[in-house]
Amino acid sequence: MIKLTINGKTIEVAEGTTVLDAAKMLNIEIPTLCHHPKLTPFGGCRLCIVEVKGVPRPLTSCTTPVSEGMEVTTSTPALEGLRKTVLELILSDHPNDCMVCEKAGDCTLQELAYFYGIRENRFGGERRIYGKKDGNPFIERDMEKCILCGRCVKVCDEVQGVGAIDFAYRGFKSKICPTFEKDLDCEFCGQCVAVCPTGALTGKMWQLRGRQKDIKEIDTTCSYCGTGCNLTLHVRQNEVVRVTSKEDTWNEGWLCVKGRFGYSFINSPDRLKKPLIKRNGKFEEASWNEALDYISAKLREIKEKHGPDSIAGLSSARCTNEENYLFQKFMRTGIGTNNVDHCARL
Amino acid sequence: MKANNTVIKVCMGTGGIAAGGSEVIDAFRTELNTAGIAATVEKNCLMHKVGCRGLCAKDVLVDVIINKEKTTYQYIKPEMVSRIVKEHIIENNPVIDWAVGDDYHNFHKKQLKVVLSDCGSIDPEDIDAYINGKGYEAARKVLTTLKPEEAIEEIKASGLRGRGGAGFPTGVKWEVARKQNSKQKYIICNADEGDPGAFMDRSVIEGNPHAVIEGMIIGAYAIGSDKGYVYIRAEYPLAVERLRKALSDAKTKGFLGKDILGTKFSFDIKVKLGAGAFVCGEETALIASIEGQRGMPRAKPPFPVYSGLWGQPTVINNVETFANVPYIIRNGAKWFSSFGTEKSKGTKVFALTGKIKNSGLIEVPMGIPLREIIYDIGGGIEGGKLLKAVQTGGPSGGCIPADMLDTPVDFESLAKAGSIVGSGGMVVLDEDNCMVNMAQYFLQFTQMESCGKCVPCRIGTKRLLEILDRITKGKGKEGDIELLEKLSADIKAASLCGLGQTAPNPILSTIKYFRNEYEAHLKGKCPAAVCKELLTYYILEEFCKGCGACLRACPSKAITGEKKKLHKIDPAVCIKCGACFDVCKFKAVKKE
Ligand SMILES: Cc1cc2nc3c(=O)[nH]c(=O)nc-3n(C[C@H](O)[C@H](O)[C@H](O)COP(=O)(O)O)c2cc1C
Ligand code: SF4
Ligand code: SF4
Repeated sequence: MIKLTINGKTIEVAEGTTVLDAAKMLNIEIPTLCHHPKLTPFGGCRLCIVEVKGVPRPLTSCTTPVSEGMEVTTSTPALEGLRKTVLELILSDHPNDCMVCEKAGDCTLQELAYFYGIRENRFGGERRIYGKKDGNPFIERDMEKCILCGRCVKVCDEVQGVGAIDFAYRGFKSKICPTFEKDLDCEFCGQCVAVCPTGALTGKMWQLRGRQKDIKEIDTTCSYCGTGCNLTLHVRQNEVVRVTSKEDTWNEGWLCVKGRFGYSFINSPDRLKKPLIKRNGKFEEASWNEALDYISAKLREIKEKHGPDSIAGLSSARCTNEENYLFQKFMRTGIGTNNVDHCARL
Repeated sequence: MKANNTVIKVCMGTGGIAAGGSEVIDAFRTELNTAGIAATVEKNCLMHKVGCRGLCAKDVLVDVIINKEKTTYQYIKPEMVSRIVKEHIIENNPVIDWAVGDDYHNFHKKQLKVVLSDCGSIDPEDIDAYINGKGYEAARKVLTTLKPEEAIEEIKASGLRGRGGAGFPTGVKWEVARKQNSKQKYIICNADEGDPGAFMDRSVIEGNPHAVIEGMIIGAYAIGSDKGYVYIRAEYPLAVERLRKALSDAKTKGFLGKDILGTKFSFDIKVKLGAGAFVCGEETALIASIEGQRGMPRAKPPFPVYSGLWGQPTVINNVETFANVPYIIRNGAKWFSSFGTEKSKGTKVFALTGKIKNSGLIEVPMGIPLREIIYDIGGGIEGGKLLKAVQTGGPSGGCIPADMLDTPVDFESLAKAGSIVGSGGMVVLDEDNCMVNMAQYFLQFTQMESCGKCVPCRIGTKRLLEILDRITKGKGKEGDIELLEKLSADIKAASLCGLGQTAPNPILSTIKYFRNEYEAHLKGKCPAAVCKELLTYYILEEFCKGCGACLRACPSKAITGEKKKLHKIDPAVCIKCGACFDVCKFKAVKKE
């Protein structure tokens, strides 16, 4: 264990802990933009700088491991001045159209600008302009809002193992883009959208459907597969307008394209909400009782006429373990056959 | 003619080749052939190429040495060769009017050559030439008679400090690496050399690649590494070619590979080409680049000696640092530390350029006063102009004003004066240079080369550049100088790597010494008459002869006037290209 003090408070933490994490344990807040607890440290935004006694220049707390006897100060007039400069510089190259931005109310940059009271900006000048829109079907890439924190690049590489995007160019012209600046063509898991601290990456389906205000968040489980990721449905006026997942869930907030973007069926007019029974070559709506009775009568009839082994059951990877267990139980004891299988075996 | 004592050396550094070195060599072959002494040429008359000797402006430089009597010729073209062969080589009458003059000798007089001692005299593509001059003796001595710790002690005792910019003691770096308990360690030679105007490392590799390789072998043995890399920019094709040849020759001779010189020590070197990004010279970015990632620096600690390439302890040294090592081992730490100052030992190679008579590559003892470099070696300012300042350290450095010309050139003194030794760029500026414009030039470079990772550097340098742009265009606002100072200080404090941390230096040091020039720009005047937007061109009545030369030269038809009568420039039409200024023989066109 390593003992250090942060703002005069002493704490003991495991070797290898970063100063930022140690501060968190002490409930000391240090502003960050590029840092993400699940990704390797980047050290690019420079907001999390702290002073360490005996070190001439400020160090980024997200990249600096603790050392024995370290004396850290997280806030001084000099540090706050540097943070303010950094924020003003970022905002000097930002559209600042929070008024119409999808991310307003849920944006780390907006939040920091608020806390640092940045009304006037000492710096103005050229802003990056992107004429071309990415034509992919899922992810809105409004790169003028990108602050180059690198989180999307890291999540794509370190978590998803895809590497669809990276930094390109140098200097003020640096940008994040897919190979040769083509349209994004990847798995569309949307992890990049999930980690983006600004409005640079959002879901195309979310546009103009409602920001964080007046959203009801409903936690549920994804029904696409047996993995059962935790979802948070963002509901506005009884309509799901966005799906996210929280970091403290067992799936750590990560989702796939289906869980994140595959929710439009919910309000689709084609969606089956009631059972249908085919009568005289035509599907007719029926009640659940009616449908279940119909099925059980038919199954019984087949079983009596041809024996239980003339019936087979195929279940689905979309079901949970428990549901699959119940299904085989039903086939074995209810029907009396071992003819039971599962689509994931194929 | 007694051909057996004749040696012809043709400068074939990049400068020599550009001036026609290959053609000159061909011409010598043909002429010797025609003269009927070809048969003896190969056997008795040695002709070979040599690397750069510093004064590239006088290329092609050719030495003809007969019975140890050396005559050096300058500005040699292929058509001049026949006379040299006939009169000098055959008749033993040197062609005096083509020989170099006093300026060539003065250029070398105050120099002290350690790293460059063999550059320009031996054939860089011939390993035997290096070996005959005691090459690889240092490696033999270290590998067969010294313990690694003893080799490190010797380097520590010499006081050698890194020549890549920061001046970190080399022996200390090696010692830390030695102590790391790791199976795999790496040693890397940093030959990225991205500063504009710098060509020291290129010249060393082109002129004497084996010294660098020998230095790396000794370093590798000292720290316990069996794998080395030379990270060299692809824009240095000749250096890469000579380095590759030297590596393969060294391997053939058993200086690289398995069980070197019959010892249990094995070591090999790979060449890794850089794509030409300035930031890739920064050690952590360089490591990322070798690993196949984008060359972006990462935060230190951990320093590469603890965790570098592929997470293993790694020593990175500059080309010149490594090239010093064999000479230190050969001649002893005492010898090396007898040159230089108390804290800056040995010599430093500089690329001397700008408004100076003899521009080129020089090597001087640390601590030499700047004045001696400018006036004794460099021959003073061109065209009898007034010296204004000397810019050192390239885009990370600053300038030393003319009234501080007695500043000794060493790590401490230059830092005290607000500049740095850096990698060794030295640009001489005269009264015609605008200091704001100069700062703008360097900022343009650093902004373009910023890796984009961190905010203060990526956006901050852009804003600095924009402020400088508007100042040089006469659109500066009150408070701009103070804003430059404040933003510069913040960028220095908050940037991740050395690039951002030093990028504002050219601004800060020019404001420090030439604040009046900034203020003049804010008032709409460029004192050096450089910034185009602030200039007006007009014709002086008393000098104008009405010859019409300016009128014909003006591309925008801004000049009117009849023959033999006073001409006039219409400022509304003038695009300030300066064509009239250049063409007027009577100095009648003025700009201010
Ligand atoms: C932006 C930047 C560019 C650099 N470029 C070079 C370079 O071209 N060559 C070099 O040797 N060192 C360069 N350095 C310094 C290296 O990071 C490193 O300190 C050096 O190679 C160590 O070698 P030394 O101890 O022998 O000087 C650069 C540093 C920075 C911050
Ligand atoms: S798109 Fe978002 S996550 Fe990616 S670098 Fe830009 S701001 Fe960061
Ligand atoms: S200081 Fe500049 S070059 Fe260095 S990491 Fe930051 S952006 Fe990249």
